[in-house]
Amino acid sequence: MALMKVKFDLKKRVKLAQSVWFLFWFAVMAGVLVFSMGLFFKIELRKRSELMDNNESHFLPNLLIVMGLLACGINAFGGKVCYDSLDPSKFVKWKPMLKTFLMGCVVFNVLLVVTALLCFIMRIPLQFTLAEGLRNGMRYYKDTDTPGRCYMKRTLDLMQIEFRCCGNDNYRDWFEIQWVSNRYLDFSAKEVKDRIGSNVDGQYLMDGVPFSCCNPGSPRPCIQQQMTNNSAHYSYDHYTEDLNVWKSGCRDALLSYYAFINTCLHFVYISGLQYVDSSLSTLANPEDPESESEGWLLEKTVKETFTDIMTKMKAMGKGGKVEEGGDEGGVATVS
Amino acid sequence: MALLKMKFTQQRRVRLAQGLWLLSWMAVLCGSFVFSLGVYLKIELLRRAEVMENTEIHVVPNILMLVGLASIGTNWMAGRVCQDSLDPSRFPRWKVFLLGWYAVAALICCLLVAVVVLSYALQGRLEESLKVGLRNGIRFYKDTDVPGRCFQKETIDRLQMEFRCCGNTNFRDWFEVQWVSNRYLDYTSKDIKDRIRSNIDGRYLLDGVPFSCCNPASPRPCLQYHLTDNNAHYNYEFQNEELNLYNRGCREALIDYYMGLMNSTGPGVLSVILIQMSVLLSLRYLQTSVEGATTQEQPEGDSEGFLLEKGVKETLEEAKVKILLLLKFGQVDPSAADGSPDAEKAPPSSS
Repeated sequence: MALMKVKFDLKKRVKLAQSVWFLFWFAVMAGVLVFSMGLFFKIELRKRSELMDNNESHFLPNLLIVMGLLACGINAFGGKVCYDSLDPSKFVKWKPMLKTFLMGCVVFNVLLVVTALLCFIMRIPLQFTLAEGLRNGMRYYKDTDTPGRCYMKRTLDLMQIEFRCCGNDNYRDWFEIQWVSNRYLDFSAKEVKDRIGSNVDGQYLMDGVPFSCCNPGSPRPCIQQQMTNNSAHYSYDHYTEDLNVWKSGCRDALLSYYAFINTCLHFVYISGLQYVDSSLSTLANPEDPESESEGWLLEKTVKETFTDIMTKMKAMGKGGKVEEGGDEGGVATVS
Repeated sequence: MALLKMKFTQQRRVRLAQGLWLLSWMAVLCGSFVFSLGVYLKIELLRRAEVMENTEIHVVPNILMLVGLASIGTNWMAGRVCQDSLDPSRFPRWKVFLLGWYAVAALICCLLVAVVVLSYALQGRLEESLKVGLRNGIRFYKDTDVPGRCFQKETIDRLQMEFRCCGNTNFRDWFEVQWVSNRYLDYTSKDIKDRIRSNIDGRYLLDGVPFSCCNPASPRPCLQYHLTDNNAHYNYEFQNEELNLYNRGCREALIDYYMGLMNSTGPGVLSVILIQMSVLLSLRYLQTSVEGATTQEQPEGDSEGFLLEKGVKETLEEAKVKILLLLKFGQVDPSAADGSPDAEKAPPSSS
């Protein structure tokens, strides 16, 4: 009993071949899209690479790029097979390869699902990588004269402005580090000496944030310095002031941005390719060129196909006892 | 003497029709390109409409959109004419429209040239409009509690951050305006009272700028206040400090941006003009050669194609006569009445 048998006359076969050919090219476009998004993702990660701790996070865009290229290749090949399928002379040369090609497609689909799972799982390592990276970034904010770190200030400022965030978890992260370079501190001033003396490491800590934390939507000019001192500013209460600086932390802001890119990729990819593969399965099976024929997903039912595969594998494994296995398999199908 | 006469065999006519069909579809694509260019330019201008005083510059994207749509329509029609041109039964019905088509196509080319000219000519007006708009924006920066102006602060801040500019001409524009709202000024403090008394209008002026003027590329944390006072900050010299704030004025930044946009679309528009002209000329050749072929005994044989049936001068004179006839249409009866008595007199004398 074949699985999901459908009758096909010549016209229907032609229509099916045309639509599957079209779907294959659509899948090639999807593969190109995935490849370009993997590339874009890689470039975005590289742009922020100064904030990333290690290179482990590049695994995911690399995987996407490889999958995109594979998808293009496989689907272009499938499109060619489709194109030749209605010409009996040309189709004959493809027939032996078809079964292996279909198996390859199934394997590829499994890989796709695995990639999708990875994308979701990798969120957590990405989160930790970002956390380490951002903390270092903030520590090196003041090192504008140290080669290798001199662009950290600019990168962080631009990132805080673009993603509308402040600090790692929130703006108080800036209170815990010295973000003003020693070059601009007057060590003879009493105030500076007090602040430096007030903590163990001798750091100039203050309750202020850089200008890039400022929220343009605030009705009053930005208050960056002495943020916790209500009496330092007229009509100011730092407990109720929520429009002054950005409330969210940069780690969350960056994560949501990358997660959004990820989700976009999945939908495009999985929907396109699954559809195409199932269509090809229905096309590859009709035998007779001109007359009516039947198409099906599997020649026998799922159970029987599975038993067949098992017997074949057992036969390969037993080697010398291959006749016995073949007889048993033959007996089973006849009945 | 016909203008630019060329011989066309049946083969050449077929080739011309096919080539023109492809060319007209390419011209449709070009028309949609021009249309989308106009839409993009219009959106960019509308985004910054709050710092522009008038909308004169909007004439450029408006013409581009109009021309784009008209070009799509005319070139699609050219494609249809092409398809029917080699079929003698279907071609005659297009004949009526062709003269109008030529007029519209020529108009499109003229408008495109006008757009290129306008985009350069209107630069001065754009600058004036931005000058006034930015001045108002800076003046109303502090009015975050006045309905209708409460978004000025956010608009100006975002503009300065995005275009990396400060103030109208430069950052000193902020020194001349009170940009801190009265709601946040403590009038009992001596410093504030001094500042308010220091000028006639009683405004709180300070040598400071908003945070959006800060340049992230500066090596030191941004200095916004007491900018002219070297002693207020350690290791600070006002004259030498270049990276602290953005040096450019927003007017200059915006002009550069919009002129850059319009200049970069210049070559595209010029190539669209070329394509449209070639469609026009090819269609004229196709029309005349097909018509010439149908009037001959052998429709499949050679025929001549030309741009104008007679020379340029003669065609213009004929056109003038036709127009004058149309204008004199009201007076046609008296002249006919004068003519007929003369005509009646003439035959008796001749016979």
